[in-house]
This record gives sequence, structure tokens and C-alpha cells, in this order.
Amino acid sequence: MGSRWSPYDNNGGTCVAIAGSDYCVIAADTRMSTGYSILTRDYSKICKLADKAVMASSGFQADVRALQKNLAAKHLTYQHQHNKQMSCPAMAHLLSNTLYYKRFFPYYSFNVLGGLDNEGKGCVYTYDAVGSYERVGYSTQGSGSSLIMPVLDNQLKSPSPLLLPAKDAVTPLSESDAVDLVKDVFASATERDIYTGDAVEIVVINAGGIRRESIDLRKD
Amino acid sequence: MSKATVELPPKAGFNFDLCRRNDMLTKNGVHAPSFLKTGTTIVGLVFEDGVVLGADTRATEGPIVADKNCEKIHYMAPNIYCCGAGTAADTENVTDMISSQLLLHRYATGRESRVVTALTLLKTHLFGYQGHVSAALVLGGVDITGPHLHTIYPHGSTDTLPFATMGSGSLAAMAIFESKYREGLTDFYIYILYLCQSIARDEGVKLVTEAICSGIFNDLGSGSNVDVCVITKGKVEYLRNHQKPNPRTYISSKGFSFLKGQTEVLSTKVTLLEKPQQEEGVDKMEE
Repeated sequence: MGSRWSPYDNNGGTCVAIAGSDYCVIAADTRMSTGYSILTRDYSKICKLADKAVMASSGFQADVRALQKNLAAKHLTYQHQHNKQMSCPAMAHLLSNTLYYKRFFPYYSFNVLGGLDNEGKGCVYTYDAVGSYERVGYSTQGSGSSLIMPVLDNQLKSPSPLLLPAKDAVTPLSESDAVDLVKDVFASATERDIYTGDAVEIVVINAGGIRRESIDLRKD
Repeated sequence: MSKATVELPPKAGFNFDLCRRNDMLTKNGVHAPSFLKTGTTIVGLVFEDGVVLGADTRATEGPIVADKNCEKIHYMAPNIYCCGAGTAADTENVTDMISSQLLLHRYATGRESRVVTALTLLKTHLFGYQGHVSAALVLGGVDITGPHLHTIYPHGSTDTLPFATMGSGSLAAMAIFESKYREGLTDFYIYILYLCQSIARDEGVKLVTEAICSGIFNDLGSGSNVDVCVITKGKVEYLRNHQKPNPRTYISSKGFSFLKGQTEVLSTKVTLLEKPQQEEGVDKMEE
């Protein structure tokens, strides 16, 4: 009788990550919405988990926030125990375990994790809500992902992960070309996805550290 | 005398025969296709000697924008226009059907259509379909009795108002109207009209544009451009794309190249079509 209360909401938003040979670009729009309403035009979906690991998340922002705090606490413990920052591949596995720990009451969050691996190469990990993950050359998650993914597939085609011997998944683009592509796909997704817009925040990780930039998107 | 009765199809109205079948299909997991909805902001207001109608230009299909520049202000008669929100097919067809009835009525009477006539035709049509024709309308026009503005809900109820909003952006637009509309647009500006002939009209267009913009920016179902239609006695100004506040924000300077072979071809087979043979005994078309 009637509709029961639901613990989940969908706050929309789109995330993209691209790995290059010596850099990684992680980007997300800054709109948070529910139904047909915009809650805020300036909410960062990107969270720095470690010096070389950055996570972008869309979905239910309350769960995303809880997940970010959980990972921050675990990373703090890690630093006390090992006296170093967690590597990106280690953080990737930690994120998977954290998601699967709530297998039957999941974090309603769709994440991409980007950073540099132990050899300094760009890496991107893509997840589902319950912790299935994979290392890829590029990925997109969230409300505009179905509009963006085919474009990335066309521009940055990566070799099959089943190939033997395994081939490098990183994209052939230069860092500036990758940032340019990210800006374009976000401007395009904003044209057709009502939950993507306002601005896109772009984080670039390379040997020099982390750099942030942002450009405006349509606000309608 | 035979007592057998023949079941005649109903003379008018919906045929609900398939409703039971559709319920059964839904229960078994077969869902009907979705419609193009114009999650919309449409507004109208009355000013001293006419009516201003306004609409955004976004049509959506769920979360996807189906049309970035559609027309939501429909023609009804030379002196009457109608903004439509709801299912796009319903708003377009219902306005077209009533528009043609109004034209026939003008031929029969030789007089200009009245807004109440359009209103009555629309509401009786919508009421007959018990809300299944999902059209929410803002009807405006100027006739022999002066300027008129009405809203019509999908079930057939109507309102007569000095200013009106409809669609998913109606609250955002009404917020602007409630804070800025004054009877002045009708009374105060009569005085101003003596000083400056067209200020009431411009003030009306400005307020309507602001209300639509409020819908465009605060309601995700509305977006893109502002259409305005100003109807005064004996004159209509249809200002298509009166404002374009949402240009694309970024275009890659390099453009894109789409290389061949990004999707590899696994196999190829070519089948030649047979040449169609001339059938014998068929008359050739005469000149």
C-alpha cells in the first residue's frame, strides 16, 4: 500500500578519467540535482584520496560523502602504520573492498579512480556500486556516461584486456590534447543530458603533482 | 421482427478495449514505449491592450534532451495562440484539431474567432478523454471583447487569470510573476501609455522573458531559448528565439578526426541484387 520510503536518491552528474603515459586526467561536472531541481551548481565530485590517487564519484551524494570519509579514515590509519602515502593501485583495491563490504546495502555511488601507478604511468580504475573493478585506459561514469563513452571509444580505442601478452591500456594523446578532449565531451554531454552542467572541474596528475582547472558549462 | 442487436462502435470518444490487455502486458513485464514529453516552462500575461505568451524550447525524453529548439507556442487562429506543455504529440494535435474547428467556425459565421470559443472546444475535448490526452495549455488571444488569458489542465478544468504559468517550470516562473507582476501592467501603465505609447508592451515582454528564463535555469525539464508571442488588437508578433541565453560553452580548436577501422570488420559478404525483369502482359502506362 502506497510507496515505501526509499533510502536512496540520485543526484546525477558525470565523471570522466583518462590515463596517459605519464599523466592522468580526472574530471567531473559540478551540478548536484534531484528530480527536476538543481540543488547546487558548485559541488565538487572529485576527492583527493592520496598524493597520487584521485576519485570522482556520481550517484547519491550522501553515500559518496560517507564513502569518501571512510576511505580518508582508512588512509590515515595506513599512513600511521606505514609512514607513507598509499599507492594508486593499492587505493584501487581498498576502494573495491570498501564497496563490497556493503554488498547488501550498497553505497549508491559510481566511481572512477585515477592517478599514477608505481612506475609513474597514468592509471584509471572503473567501478560498479558493489566493488567490481578493472584497470582501464579511460572511463566514464554517471548520468552522461552513455553519451560520452562511445566518443572516448572512438578517439582513444584501447586494446582488448584479454590480449596475451597484455598490451598497455594508456592513451596515445598528449596531456593537453586529453584535457581538450575532456572539455569537449563535457560540453557535448551538457547539450543532451539534463543532469550534467554548470561547470566541469578537471584534475591533472603528473610527475609535477596535482593541478586543478575548471571551465563553465551551460546552466540550463 | 428480429430482436438481435448489433453492437455499434461508439460514435465518439476513446476506445478502452486495449486497456485490459495493456494491464496484463504490464503485469507480465512488457512496458509501453515512452513518449516525448515537453517538461516545460510556459507562461502568459495580460497587459493593457493585449496578451504576451512565452515558452522555453527544450523537449525531453526522460533525462535526455530530445529537441534543443522546439516550438511550444502553437497557432490557433489569427488572433489566438496557445502554449502547450505535456506530451508533445498531444499538445500539437489537440491545438491543430481545435484550430481547424475554429477555421470552419469562422467560415460559417464570417466573424473573428473568440478566445472563449477556443477555450470551450479545448476543455470539452480534454474532458472527454478524462486526462488521457496529456496537454496542459496556456491559451491567450485578443478578440472583440478584449484580451483574454486562460489555463487549461489535462482533465479539462480551466482558469481565467491575469498571469499564468504551466509545466514543470511553472513554480519557478510563477515566483517571478508573483514578485514582479502588478496590476500596474494594466492600470498604472494606462497612465504611462499617455506618456510613452509602447512601454506596457515592452514591460510585459520583459517580464515574460524573465519568467521563462527562471524556468530555463532552475528547472531541469526546461532549457535552451525563449520564445515570445505578443498579441494585440489586429496584430501578432511571434518572436521566435527572442533570447538565446545558452550557447555552447566549449568547442575543441582541433576538431575531431574519425579514423577508419576503429571498429574492426570481422567478415564481409556482398550479395548483388538481381535485376528486376519486365513483367510481360502488363500494360505500359499511357502518355
